[in-house]
Amino acid sequence: MTTKLFGTKVNRVEDQRFLRGRGRYVDDVLPGPTLHAAVLRSPHAHARIRAIDVDAVLDIEGVHAVWTYDDLTGAMAEPLPLLIPHPTLTHGRTQYALAKDEVNYVGEAIAFVVAEDRYVAEDALSAIVVDYEFLPPVVGIAAARAATNLVHDDVPGNVGARMEQENGDARAAIAAAPHTLTLDLDIERSACMPMEGRGTVARWDPDSARLQVWTSTQTSTGVRAAVAAKLGLDLGQVDVITPDVGGGFGVKINHPWPEELLVPLAARTLGRPVKFTEDRREHFISSAHERAQVQHIEVGYDDEGRILGLDVEFWHDHGAYTPYGLIVPIITSTQLLGPYKPANYRVVFESLYTNTVMVTPYRGAGRPQGCYAMERTMDAIAKDLGKDRTEVRAVNFIQPDEFPYEHGLVFQDGRPLTYDSGDYPASLEKIKKLVGWDEFEQFRAEMAAEGRRVGIGLACYVEGTGVGPYEGAHVHIETSGKVKVATGLTTQGQGHATAFAQIVADELGVRFEDVEVVTGDTRRMPYAVGTFASRAAVMSGSAIHLAAKRAKEKALRIAADALEASVEDLELAEGKVTVRGTDTSIDLGTVAVLSNPLRYAFDEASKAATQFSVGDPGKPPVAEDDEPGLEGKDFYSPERSTFASGMHAVIVETDPLTAEIRILKYAVVHDCGHLINPMIVEGQIHGGVAQGVGGALYERMAYDESGQLLNASFMDFLMPYASEVPESIDIDHLETPSPLNPLGIKGAGEAGVIPSAAVFAAAIEDAEGFPITAMPISPSELFALRKRHAPVVEEVAQRPSRNSSVEEPRDEASRNHPTRSTDR
Amino acid sequence: MTEETHDVRLHVNGATYDVSVPPRRLLSDALRHDCGLTGTHVGCEHGVCGACTVLVDGRPTRSCLMFAVSAQDTEITTVEGLTNPDGSLGPVQQAFLECHGLQCGFCTPGFLTTITAGLAENPSPTRDEAREMIAGNLCRCTGYQNIVKAVERAAELGSAT
Ligand code: FES
Ligand code: FES
Repeated sequence: MTTKLFGTKVNRVEDQRFLRGRGRYVDDVLPGPTLHAAVLRSPHAHARIRAIDVDAVLDIEGVHAVWTYDDLTGAMAEPLPLLIPHPTLTHGRTQYALAKDEVNYVGEAIAFVVAEDRYVAEDALSAIVVDYEFLPPVVGIAAARAATNLVHDDVPGNVGARMEQENGDARAAIAAAPHTLTLDLDIERSACMPMEGRGTVARWDPDSARLQVWTSTQTSTGVRAAVAAKLGLDLGQVDVITPDVGGGFGVKINHPWPEELLVPLAARTLGRPVKFTEDRREHFISSAHERAQVQHIEVGYDDEGRILGLDVEFWHDHGAYTPYGLIVPIITSTQLLGPYKPANYRVVFESLYTNTVMVTPYRGAGRPQGCYAMERTMDAIAKDLGKDRTEVRAVNFIQPDEFPYEHGLVFQDGRPLTYDSGDYPASLEKIKKLVGWDEFEQFRAEMAAEGRRVGIGLACYVEGTGVGPYEGAHVHIETSGKVKVATGLTTQGQGHATAFAQIVADELGVRFEDVEVVTGDTRRMPYAVGTFASRAAVMSGSAIHLAAKRAKEKALRIAADALEASVEDLELAEGKVTVRGTDTSIDLGTVAVLSNPLRYAFDEASKAATQFSVGDPGKPPVAEDDEPGLEGKDFYSPERSTFASGMHAVIVETDPLTAEIRILKYAVVHDCGHLINPMIVEGQIHGGVAQGVGGALYERMAYDESGQLLNASFMDFLMPYASEVPESIDIDHLETPSPLNPLGIKGAGEAGVIPSAAVFAAAIEDAEGFPITAMPISPSELFALRKRHAPVVEEVAQRPSRNSSVEEPRDEASRNHPTRSTDR
Repeated sequence: MTEETHDVRLHVNGATYDVSVPPRRLLSDALRHDCGLTGTHVGCEHGVCGACTVLVDGRPTRSCLMFAVSAQDTEITTVEGLTNPDGSLGPVQQAFLECHGLQCGFCTPGFLTTITAGLAENPSPTRDEAREMIAGNLCRCTGYQNIVKAVERAAELGSAT
């Protein structure tokens, strides 16, 4: 009997390639003698372009061509697509492939040079002269709201969209509530920062008039459609192949990037393959960021802490353009609710233009901000009522018998926000145990006795995963008995080749090693959506399961004929179809041979499939409702999203003198339904937690008031190294299967990062005793806050110094607002 | 004006590559594009991420901070050179496979070379030393948990051979 692979730790098949240095990332693709592109980018955040002089460029040896906006024609001269045109986005704006008349952020593409190599292409950029007329830049949410200056002349108030949703009457409920409080919260920008930046290679074949594009993307079908439309090609003329992708985390779902269009254009124009590989500085200033929001929360609650009315208003900085629509703030506004059921909820947001890099989803995609708002509110309520923070959460939980639970709101996919399943009280019990919640006060006392200061925080989230519209899969059993699987969404480190092969091997009873999975190649599966919103396992996993089932049905049907048995008596295992309880069997490969009646034999196996050997001479070789070949194809298109959930808890120590923040314990309870491969799921959690630590304690985009990004390098933008992440992450799983798909799975990709800002703010607040309302928080900010909340500082000095001097920090405390509460 | 080039002989993973490169060509680019050894990756080109780490005469070196012309007469080992002579995975590679020490794989070559050199110097590191060994390389996918485990596992595998 073949053992079941679903749910077990299986080492990854793709690792063999990666570990030997044989991965093929986009910069490794070399389709013949290739030219290299470089992009001239705006050094100014806001300016009109009066003139561009490229005359000197073509004199440089090795330069083949240069494009500016004036060289673009047809659809290429139109703005880039607005991918998600939500009706509420009344003032959506997108950039041009090359800037037309105006630039709106430092990094916006202005000219595109193609040369013999990248070094020469970069030399050529410095020979381009641009005459700018400076315009006042709008940087930060406060400046955008003030609207003294406008990013786009025709967008009043810098407001791209204003959206409001309400369930019940939140304001009336708050007015009537026995207790109320108000919070003002702030969260800054970070970014995905995959280790591999963006990159595109294209080859035009003039003989067949076909374009091949390799691009580091999270959606090959999306890029294909965009390239075809922009270059005036039929879809059938364009193949997009996603090679190995060195991390995505969201930024590579946006498309088409200017270079994804300009590289194919140049390849077609010049008749040579062309490559663009983004460098790190370019990734900082010309891809995308996320997270920045300012939030105002009013809440009314009863004596138990039960929320009677929740009224949230927030301002979302979406940067200079809105190609990805309102996805991020809509997710914040809906996923903010987490595992709770406030009796009345109202949310309003404004999505604002600034002269900075645009904002598109980064792992979590608005959920971390929503979780931050909600969990900080829970903590504030608990503090106000003098209750344990877990108790206040527990009284607000949706209960296990209330699923499916309808929130009365519309989710990001335009469908009702309805949770499919979950067990939040069980998760809470697990996380309390895992982190030692009930023992913490004793631990705090022990630490205090040593002059050490510690705090504990907890945060809960619910994550809509596996959003539609659909994914598809094709499963082909070859005559060798090996199985080739294709699904259209892309892979950037999630181990799809392994997890999907586990599903297929189980369903078809073949060896795991005999299953090969291809993702993100439009030649193999032209219908697909993409890899985002923790949807790959749910969507493609389900589609692959269904497609494998179809192939299996066909195999059993053919085998039943060949073995003169009935389908019910057959079983598929170890690469064979066997009549149950006998040793009569047929190899799956032979079944594949039989599935395809041949005219020509080329070996022994195919001889068995010629029309002389198979089929009923009285019937057509391929029945009317059948197809040749042992294949299965299917699509999975769910009614609505699955909702994964989880809780994180952290214990931090803050240095009484230096205000350094150290992580003593990090615990995760995670529920993503059934796990396909627990090793991969835990890896996803580890990675998410590390990004969360970065976002909570280190990473921010330091824009100055003129719109220059001051820390656009790995030297200055502080991503966690091994020394900054928790020494271990304790993980416990809960499995409440989703009723929405055949495998009972929910997504897991983003979960690890969602509660970070909330959980660290809570723990630091608990350690320090004053409110933490602005994240990320650095030691110098914490130090400044201590000075502002002076009584706490006095206790500090007793501990001997570990560092000889403490630098005086700038006063960052002003970002942190007091929490105001009133009791009636 | 044609760019001046220099003939350089690179010894990489025991093979010899004669390349003609401009003085400004980075070793990382020469390895990737002139020698076709694309296993070495470039994540920042300013010496911070460590993805481009190769061994130059056994010492971990950021190939994005070295010119190809200055690598003449050195022995270079890249990720492609870390497998055992029989083609099976070397101990550090094997440990990464077993411990799930990689996700997208982009940072991996730099970790593998760094750890290879680290274990040559300290064959049985403590957990803290293991973490210290990799603390100069960036990975955005794994959160480092399993990479630290892989260092310990590689030490185990290395001592067994
Ligand atoms: S590419 Fe060399 S250190 Fe990052
Ligand atoms: S595995 Fe992706 S960056 Fe390390």
